[in-house]
Amino acid sequence: MTIFDRNVNRRRLLQGGVAVTAGLAAPNFFVKGAWAEEFRNNPGNAKSIKLGFNVPQTGAYADEGADELRAYKLAVKHLNGEGDGGMMNTLKPSSLKGNGVLGKKVEYVTGDTQTKSDAARASAKRMIEKDGVIMFSGGSSSGVAVAVQSLAQEMGVIFMAGLTHSNDTTGKDKKRYGFRHFFNAYMSGAALGPVLKEEMGTDRRAYHLTADYTWGWTQEESIKNTTEGLGWQTVNAVRTPLGAGDFSQYITPVLNSGADVLILNHYGKDMVNSLTQAVQFGLRDKMVNGKKFEIIVPLYSRLMAQGAGENVKGILGTTNWHWSLKDEGSQAFVKSFGQEYGFPPSQAAHTCYVQALLYANACEQAGTFYPPEVIKALEGFEFDGMGNGPTLYRAEDHQCFKKVLVVRGNENPTNQFDLLEVVKEVPREAVTYDWKIFGGELGPYKV
Amino acid sequence: MDALVLQALNGLDKGGAYALIALGLTLIFGTLGVVNFAHGALFMLGAFCAVTMQKILTLSKQIEDTSVTFFKAFKEVPYLEIWLGDTGRMLIDYSVPIAILLTIPFMLLVGLVMERGLVQFFYKRSHAEQILVTFGLAIVIQEIIKSVFGANPIPTPAPDVVSGSADVGAWIGFGDGLYYPYWRLIYLGFSLTIIGAVFAFLRFTTFGMVVRAGMQDRETVGLLGIDVQRRFTIVFGIAAVVAGLAGMMYTPILPPDYHMGMDFLVLSFVVVVVGGMGSLEGAVLAGFLLGILQSFASMNEVKAIIPGIDQIIVYLVAVVVLQVRPRGLLGRRGVMEG
Amino acid sequence: MSAATVDTLRRGNAAASVPAGDTASSRSDHIKFAVFAIAVLTMPVWLSPIGAGYPDLVQKFAIFGIFAIGFNILFGLTGYLSFGHAAFLGVGSYAAVWSFKLLTMNVVPAMIFGVLASGVFALLIGYVSLRRTGIYFSILTLAFAQMSYNLAYSVLTPITNGETGLQLALHDPRVLDGPAEAGLPTTTLFGMETIGYPGFYVCAVMLIVAYYVAMRITRSPFGMTLRAIKSNQNRMNYTGFNTRPYTLAAFVISGMYAGLAGSLMAVVDPLAGAERMQWTASGEVVLMTILGGTGTLLGPVLGAGIIKYFENIFSAFNDQVLGRIFDFLPEVLQNLMVTLVHPFVGEGWHLTLGVVFMLIVIFLPGGVMEGIGRISARISRSRSNRSS
Repeated sequence: MTIFDRNVNRRRLLQGGVAVTAGLAAPNFFVKGAWAEEFRNNPGNAKSIKLGFNVPQTGAYADEGADELRAYKLAVKHLNGEGDGGMMNTLKPSSLKGNGVLGKKVEYVTGDTQTKSDAARASAKRMIEKDGVIMFSGGSSSGVAVAVQSLAQEMGVIFMAGLTHSNDTTGKDKKRYGFRHFFNAYMSGAALGPVLKEEMGTDRRAYHLTADYTWGWTQEESIKNTTEGLGWQTVNAVRTPLGAGDFSQYITPVLNSGADVLILNHYGKDMVNSLTQAVQFGLRDKMVNGKKFEIIVPLYSRLMAQGAGENVKGILGTTNWHWSLKDEGSQAFVKSFGQEYGFPPSQAAHTCYVQALLYANACEQAGTFYPPEVIKALEGFEFDGMGNGPTLYRAEDHQCFKKVLVVRGNENPTNQFDLLEVVKEVPREAVTYDWKIFGGELGPYKV
Repeated sequence: MDALVLQALNGLDKGGAYALIALGLTLIFGTLGVVNFAHGALFMLGAFCAVTMQKILTLSKQIEDTSVTFFKAFKEVPYLEIWLGDTGRMLIDYSVPIAILLTIPFMLLVGLVMERGLVQFFYKRSHAEQILVTFGLAIVIQEIIKSVFGANPIPTPAPDVVSGSADVGAWIGFGDGLYYPYWRLIYLGFSLTIIGAVFAFLRFTTFGMVVRAGMQDRETVGLLGIDVQRRFTIVFGIAAVVAGLAGMMYTPILPPDYHMGMDFLVLSFVVVVVGGMGSLEGAVLAGFLLGILQSFASMNEVKAIIPGIDQIIVYLVAVVVLQVRPRGLLGRRGVMEG
Repeated sequence: MSAATVDTLRRGNAAASVPAGDTASSRSDHIKFAVFAIAVLTMPVWLSPIGAGYPDLVQKFAIFGIFAIGFNILFGLTGYLSFGHAAFLGVGSYAAVWSFKLLTMNVVPAMIFGVLASGVFALLIGYVSLRRTGIYFSILTLAFAQMSYNLAYSVLTPITNGETGLQLALHDPRVLDGPAEAGLPTTTLFGMETIGYPGFYVCAVMLIVAYYVAMRITRSPFGMTLRAIKSNQNRMNYTGFNTRPYTLAAFVISGMYAGLAGSLMAVVDPLAGAERMQWTASGEVVLMTILGGTGTLLGPVLGAGIIKYFENIFSAFNDQVLGRIFDFLPEVLQNLMVTLVHPFVGEGWHLTLGVVFMLIVIFLPGGVMEGIGRISARISRSRSNRSS
């Protein structure tokens, strides 16, 4: 450090000043080794760190975003040692201490993704460039997740994805700086397979209605692979425009197509509408080929179940997590979330909470915020106690592998939150796949 | 053939909704010369009248579910059911149709307040400014609804008796397998009735005659000593009621959320323009035409020939119609052309 | 046609809309331009106190400023209200990203392709749409833009990468750049990286150029013809003057502005998404222009700034931030203020935007520029009062 160099200009001097302060702190700070490197938004000597929570606050997924935000706030509380600690007490192995992260208090900033790639990136950039976050997280769609994940890679700031279900997020579009705890379409298919076989047999004719964009396509492909593997025929797979509203023109052809199963590859509002209307057209009361006509919604959420109301009863699908699970981790989380907000958390809230904790834990484990080391700590991390049983953060594609829930719309709910019942907890082995099948490249650690 | 009949019904049904919204828009254009970007919001407000009615009827006694300990969970039993038994249950079941009692006065009020409180100050302003102010209003209405009801769609089912499908095939002498949901048939009938009522009102009442005359030539009618303005205010109220009823009756088909008005806004403008500015008949015709074409374009046989046609059909038709007929199907010369 | 008539017409209208004499206006124009240029270039400095000086947002200000200036050339001068301008923005972005993918990471070809592609696209759409006027024209442009958006989102995915948006990839050819190193390359201006603040300066320079060109167009005989068309197209047509080439030229120029804005979005952030073409995006630029002041040079830029500021800063205020803002108050008041303000920020930022739209258009029919005009008029009045 040559701050006494005569040629130094004012600006340099200021920068140097900061570096000196950081340098003085070096002995306790860089004990753990050789990554005394500068990186973006290095908290250095600051007493606190900032995390960015980038969720949809306007548009169709605003309620889901609000729930994610609740979970993040809870996670921040727990990390800072306030509240009852939630799943911090059940995570194993855990390096979390309840005094912030690496002794620094956790603060957060929020932003609105509007469920649009551009807006999400703008919001993430604000967090990185203006607020100086060292990690950001959230989101409610795969398009957004993929878009901000590549930003994370460019900027060298870790992104812990929220709700994103497309295979691409940890497949062809995976990134070194992006991590996904949520499950994906392939895993939905793999989990549904055995249950479908058991409940509907091997001789079925399926008709797909698919949201016409990348997430819809990957789900259609994954479910098709599964059902065709069971011996089912695929009568037709029809693409529907996003936000079609009225799906009647796509549903009527199903009536006389000879199909006896309708698979709705829709999410959010589209799913609420298409399911409501399919039921209205009497599909569920039909007998085709001597069998009862069935509807399947491969990706479920409680908010969607709420929106579809009665129509959801008896319909099969999968979720990442559900609040009625009885394991220690889920109970701890539902308890602290329920006491804080007065209602149970959604699966989106769960995955976001877990992501925040896992990131903090990785920092503690690595002993630094330096992203390449944090990434290495997350890669291949094997843990338990977060509500999904033993879980692996696979190093090759940054996808979590854990059990997947097959659920069914509850026929006789005992209370207003009791909308889905868990039919089966499909073990992790059954949904694990070879990472090579989706291609993609993670990219470098250092950017 | 069955498929074609079903798609035609789908199209008529969709067209009914389009036509009702477009009818209201055209009434406002034609009488007041105002571009109302908040018309979609009125449709949405109507839908939330149904939601509100449902919420009122299902005000519930909450019986705590003791198996849940971390937060308060209830099984809800509506008071109506407790007090009135089966009658109460039936009332709740019919909450969407009953909501008419709320929708008509409420939407009329909203329309009158909107016209007197805001729109009347924009008669002489440019269309661009009308767009900006009504768009701002639409956002405000929308956000208020969001803060009360949340962003998630709210299920508002049709009464049980009409939740199934009707054997349309038997009615019209077709073969089996031609079933169509009762509620959608009701919606179609309902929209035709409202359209008929609006036309009859304009054609056969003195009030309507003055309004029609005012649409043609406001100044002359004014010179005759008739208070055109007051009548136009009422027309605005009627347009709001029509949009609101369209939204209310649509709720069993499309579970309402705060954003549904915006989704219909653009489409209803396309409908109005394809029909031709200032023509009520045109708006209705274009509504049904676009609805039916949209249904047919979504058929697999059509999509196989032109992929993605169902994504763009409405806009494509708009372009073609406006190339062939410069003022839409039945538009009048000089309305909103400058 | 009778050239003399047209000339009189032009002059008559020009006199009506340009108040000052030629030389005086040109001098004041140049002063305004210089002030504008300095203000734009120093944005990161003077916007920091209100939290808007970070790279992404100043980039957005500049980019949407260009978009709105271009839109105003069409709408402000000719009165044609296009409701599909976002399509050109999108096309510009896609063209630029494809240039990055196939040719080189240099931003100059990307901008050229962006502008050209959207120019051609605007020529096609303009040719068809300008056959109609008024709302018929608006709906035609809307229809074309919505078709572009819907197709880009779905069946055109091989070209647009649909929902996710077109992004750079490691294995892109980039024939002029040679093989890439590890990791994705960044955009450059002949070797200088153009992300962050350097990226902003590229945008800022383009904004200044765009402003200058718009100023010259407005003051040129061509600009006067356009205004004449706005004030009475029929009259011009009756005199035998063919207005179509003029409106088409304005449409294409304004489409190229949008293309430039779109390609700059890709320059500072190499990604192109279909949502950029949605009607809401087209509507946004309309709102920006009206909000700032239709027909003024500076107004649209201000309108763009206001809307982007709301979108990016107001949406980020949560209770934590609010608590900090009202920290100076006693706790009871602080909580009260937080509760009162809460519905208008964070997830409620749309509400504030809606209210702002209404307030401005109700009280300032000429947009923000009228407000500025009124204030400066008041100041000069009080000054002259004092001097007398």
